[in-house]
Amino acid sequence: MSLSAQFIQLLNGLASASSLFLVAAGLSLIFGVTRIVNFAHGSLYMLGIYTAYSLVNVFGGGMLGFWGGVLCAGIVVGLFGAIVERLLLRRLYHAPELLQLLATFALVLIVRDFALWIWGPEDLLGPRAPGLGGAVAIAGREFPQYDLFLIALGPVVLLLLWLLLTRTRWGTLVRAATEDREMAGALGVNQAWLFTSVFALGAFLAGLGGAVQIPREPAVLTMDLTILSDVFVVVVVGGMGSIPGAFLAAVLIGVIKAFCIGIGNVSLLGIDFSFSKLTLVIEFIVMAVVLVFRPWGLLGRQQGIPRGAAAVEPPLHLPSRGMFMALVAALALLALLPLVSDRYTLVLLTDILVFALFAVSLHFIMGPAGMHSFGHAAYFGLGAYAAALLLKHAVPMELALALAPLGGGIAALLFGWFCVRLSGVYLAMLTLAFAQIAWSVVYQWDAFTGGSNGLVGIWPAPWLSSGNAFYYLTLVLCAAAILLLWRIVYTPFGYALRAGRDSPLRADAIGIDVRRQQWLGFALAGVFAGLAGALHAFSKGSISPDTLAIPRSVDGLVMVLMGGIQTLTGAVAGAAVFTWLQDVITRQTEFWRAVLGGIILLLVLAFPQGIAGFIRERWEARAGKNRA
Amino acid sequence: MNILRVANLSKAYGGVHAVREVSFSLAAGELLALIGPNGAGKTTCFNMLNGQIAADGGSAEFEGRSLIGLKPRQIWRLGVGRTFQITATFASMSVRENVQTALLNYHGRLNSVLALAERLYVDEAMELLARVGIAEQAARPCAVLAYGDLKRVELAIALANRPRLLLMDEPTAGMAPAERVALMGLTAELARASNIAVLFTEHDMDVVFAHADRILVLNRGRLIAEGKPAEVRANREVQEVYLGTGSLFSGAAHA
Amino acid sequence: MLEMKGVNSAYGRAHILYDLSLSANRGEVVVLLGRNGAGKSTTLKTLIGLVPPLSGEISFDGRRIERLEPYQIARLGLGYVPEERRIFTDLSVMENLEVGKQAPRADAPRWTPEKLFRLFPNLAGMRERPGAHMSGGEQQMLTIARTLMGNPRAILLDEPSEGLAPVIVEQMAKTILELKQEGLCVLLSEQNLHFANLVADRAYIIEKGHIRYEGSMAALAANEQIRATYLSI
Repeated sequence: MSLSAQFIQLLNGLASASSLFLVAAGLSLIFGVTRIVNFAHGSLYMLGIYTAYSLVNVFGGGMLGFWGGVLCAGIVVGLFGAIVERLLLRRLYHAPELLQLLATFALVLIVRDFALWIWGPEDLLGPRAPGLGGAVAIAGREFPQYDLFLIALGPVVLLLLWLLLTRTRWGTLVRAATEDREMAGALGVNQAWLFTSVFALGAFLAGLGGAVQIPREPAVLTMDLTILSDVFVVVVVGGMGSIPGAFLAAVLIGVIKAFCIGIGNVSLLGIDFSFSKLTLVIEFIVMAVVLVFRPWGLLGRQQGIPRGAAAVEPPLHLPSRGMFMALVAALALLALLPLVSDRYTLVLLTDILVFALFAVSLHFIMGPAGMHSFGHAAYFGLGAYAAALLLKHAVPMELALALAPLGGGIAALLFGWFCVRLSGVYLAMLTLAFAQIAWSVVYQWDAFTGGSNGLVGIWPAPWLSSGNAFYYLTLVLCAAAILLLWRIVYTPFGYALRAGRDSPLRADAIGIDVRRQQWLGFALAGVFAGLAGALHAFSKGSISPDTLAIPRSVDGLVMVLMGGIQTLTGAVAGAAVFTWLQDVITRQTEFWRAVLGGIILLLVLAFPQGIAGFIRERWEARAGKNRA
Repeated sequence: MNILRVANLSKAYGGVHAVREVSFSLAAGELLALIGPNGAGKTTCFNMLNGQIAADGGSAEFEGRSLIGLKPRQIWRLGVGRTFQITATFASMSVRENVQTALLNYHGRLNSVLALAERLYVDEAMELLARVGIAEQAARPCAVLAYGDLKRVELAIALANRPRLLLMDEPTAGMAPAERVALMGLTAELARASNIAVLFTEHDMDVVFAHADRILVLNRGRLIAEGKPAEVRANREVQEVYLGTGSLFSGAAHA
Repeated sequence: MLEMKGVNSAYGRAHILYDLSLSANRGEVVVLLGRNGAGKSTTLKTLIGLVPPLSGEISFDGRRIERLEPYQIARLGLGYVPEERRIFTDLSVMENLEVGKQAPRADAPRWTPEKLFRLFPNLAGMRERPGAHMSGGEQQMLTIARTLMGNPRAILLDEPSEGLAPVIVEQMAKTILELKQEGLCVLLSEQNLHFANLVADRAYIIEKGHIRYEGSMAALAANEQIRATYLSI
C-alpha cells in the first residue's frame, strides 16, 4: 500500500472512530454511575439513526433541516433514555447485576420490534449533509468532507465531556456517585436526579452517535447488536468507566479496521489471506490481546466491588428425599410422554431437553463458579459443528456424537485459559469476544464449515431415526449429564469452585489455585455444552452459524436468570419456560420479540429471584409457618 | 529456635519507601506484635510475608526456605496459616464446610468429582472447631454468624494445615473489647500448646500489652523500636508517634 | 434535637432494631455502646435514612424524617460519617469537600475549607491529593471534614476510632469536643470505652437491637455490674 493510501486509511479509521467513541462514552458514563451494563445501548444508537432519518425528512434536507434533525434526534433519544430510566431501571438499581442486564436485553427486543413497526424492514439511507456533501483532495485522493467533520467531532466531544466531568459541580458529583452512590446520597446528593441526568446524557450521546451516521450508513434493524458488540469492545479495551480510554480504544480499533479493509487480499508464501474478512473479528482479537496484558483495559483500573452489591449466595444443601422423589417422578413422566403426545410436542420436548443441558452447563460456571459468560453458545455451536463435520468425514454417527463434546471442551480449554485471568464484566466481555471470533470463523470458512449456509443432512443413525428413539436418546443423555453436573457441585471440585467465588482471597490463603479450578470448570462446562450442541445438530438435521451467534448466548443467559441463578434446578425450569414461550409466541405474532421482551421485563420486576427461586421461597415460607 | 528470619526487607511504591530495611526474627511458640501509625508500612510488611506483594529487596526465610517470590498458596503449603483484617470466609458454606474445604486441600482431595465433600473429614473439622470453641455452631451458614465467631472460624481454617507460623492481620479489628482479649488469649493458648509462632498487627493496645511476648514498632517504613511490652511502652519516640498520652488503654500491663 | 421513638428496622429479612427509643440534644455528645452486630451501625443508618425503618417515629429538630430519603435528611442538616471511612478515593481532598457542600444555615456553624483546614491541619497540605493516596488517619479526618461541609446541626459518627493509632484517636477526641463547643449535637457509636470516656456526656448500651441501659457516662463508670453484663469489661 502506498504512503498516500495509508494516510487515507488512517483518516477513514479516525472518521469511523468518532461515532463509535460517542456511543462508547455514553455506555461508559452510564455504567460508571449506575453500574448497569446497558445492553440496550445499541438500540439507542439505532433509534438515533432512524429518528434522524425521519426528522431530516420532515425538516427538509436544508442546512437547518439536516443539522437540526441530527441534533434533535440525539435529544429525542436522550429524553427516551430519561423516561426508560425513570420508569424501569430505577426499580432495578438494587437488583443483582445480571437481572439488570436481562432487563436491558428485554429493552433490546422491544425497541427492535418498535423500529420494525414504525420504519418497516427496509434499509433506509439518509441524504448527504448539506455543505459537506463534496470531497476534498488529500494526498492526491478524494476524501469526503463529511468524514473530516466526523474526525473533528470525536476530540471535541471528548474535550467537552472532560470539562463537564472535572470542572463542574455536576461532574464532581457524578464521579463521587460512580465510586460510592450510597455515601453521596448520605451527603445530600439527590441520586435519583443525578442518575436520570447521566442516563439521559449517555442516551443522547448514543443517539447522536447514530444520527451523525445517516449520510454514511443505512439504518438497518440488526444494527443494534452489531454496534453493541463494537461498543462493548471499545469500552472494555479502553477500561470500563474511562472516557479518555474509550476515545483511545475507538481510535485504535477504527484505524486497525480501516487498514484491514485497505490492505485487502494479500498473498504470503503462496497462501491467500483476506484482511478485509478479518474486519469481522479484528476488534475482538485486539480486545483479547489487550485484556491479556492489561486486564482492566488501556486506561482502566481494577474495579472495586461496588458497595452493597455483593449478594450472598444461600448455602447449598444436598437435595431432600422429597426433591429426589419429585425428580424421579419428573423423569418417569418424561419417559412416558411419547405414548400420548404428538410429533410436534416431542420435537419441542427434545429442544427443551437440549436447551436444559445447555443452560445447566452455563449455570455451572455462572452459579457455583461465579463466572458470568456471555459467549457460552460458542461451545454449544462448536459441539454441533464438530458432530456435523465428523459425520461429513465419514465417522459413524454414534462415534461423532461421542466425540463432538470434545469440540466444545477443547475450545473452552483454549478460550478459558484467557478468560479466567479476568473477572466480572471483563470476563463476560472476553467470553463474548471469543464467541464472536468462533462465529466469524465458522461464518467465513465456506470450504470447511459451509459458511453462512451451514451444513445439511446431519441425521442420526437409522436405528435412532425411527419413532421415538432419538427422543429417548436425548432424554437419557441430557438427564444423565444434568445429574452429573449437579452432583459435581457437591463434590470437592465443586466446593473449590464455590470457595473461589465466595472469597478468592481466602481460597488462595488455604492453598487453592483459584484460576486453575476455574479453568477446569470452564472446560468441563464446555464439554457439556458441546454435548447439547451435538444433540441439537442431530435433532435438526442441519446447522448454521446461528448456532453459535450472540443471540444464542443471550438465550442461555435468559434461561439461567429466568429460572433463578441461585438454585440448581433453576436453569432447567428457565430453559423449559423460555423454549416453550418462544415457540408459542413466534407462532402467534410477527412482533414476537416485543412480546418476549415484555414477558422478561414482567418476570424481572415481579420475580427477581427467578422461577425456581420463587417456588423455593414460597416453599420455605410455608414450611416456616407450619413449624411456628 | 527462630523459624522466621527477616532481613533488610524493603518495598517502594513510585519512589516512596513503604518499608525500609526491616529485620527481625521470630521463634516457635512466640507471639510477636507489629504496631505503628496508619501508613507506617505494617500492612505492606505483612503482605510481603504472605505473598500478596513482591518485595523489592531483602530476605525472608521460613524454616530456612525463602518466602520471597512465592504465591500465597505456595506459602500456605509450607505451613503458614493466615487470618485477615476483614474476615474472609466462604459465605455460601456452613461453618463446618469452611473448615472442610481447607482440609480437603490439605489432604490433596480437591479435584475429586465423585465423593460428596460434605461427608469428608467431618471429625477432623469438628475437632478444629472445638479447639476454637464454636463446635456448636458448625451447621450454621457463615453469613449469619456474629463477627466475633467469624473470627474464630477464620482461626480454625488457618489451623487446618497444621501451621508452624500464623500471620494475623489486625485479628481483633471490629470486635468488642472483651471479645478481643478473649480471642487473642485463645490464640496465645493454641500457640503455646502447639508451638506455633504468631506474627500479628494490632491497634488495640490492651490486646498487645496483654498477649505479645515481644513488640516491633514501625514508623514511616522503618523499625524504630523492638522489645518487651514494658520497654516499648516506656519508649519516648514510640509514645510520641504512636501511643499518645496513654489515655486509650488500661493502666496495668498484664505479665 | 434528635429523637427516635419505638423504631423497628430490618436488613432484608433480618430484624435488627426492636422498638428502639433514644434522644440527643444540642451541644451534647451521646455515645451508643455495644458489641459488633448489636445494632449500633443500623441505628445510625436508620437515622440518616439508609435503612428505612419498618415502624416508629424519628424526628430531627421537631420534623418527622422517618419517611425521607437520605439526601433529604442530609439537607435538613443531619450529617453522617460512616464506618470504614468511605472517602471518594478518585477525588482530591478539595473535591471530596465539594461533594459534601451545602448552603449555610442560620442556626448552625458555617464551615469553609479554610476553617476546616484549621481544625484538621494535616489536610491543609494535601488539597489536590487524591483520597487513595492518604493514610487511614488522614482519610478519617477527611470524612469528618466532608460531612461538616454540609454545615450540619447534628452529626452521626460510626465508630470513628476503629483501626486508628492511639495518637490519632486522641486527636479525634479533641476534634469532637471542639464540635461540641460549636453547639453541635453529636451521636456516635463506639466499642472503645476508653475513647467514649474521653468525649461522651451520656451513653446508651444496645444489645441485640434493644436499648439495655441509658445514663450519664459518670453513672456508667460507677456501675460495674452494667459494664460487666453488657460490655463484659
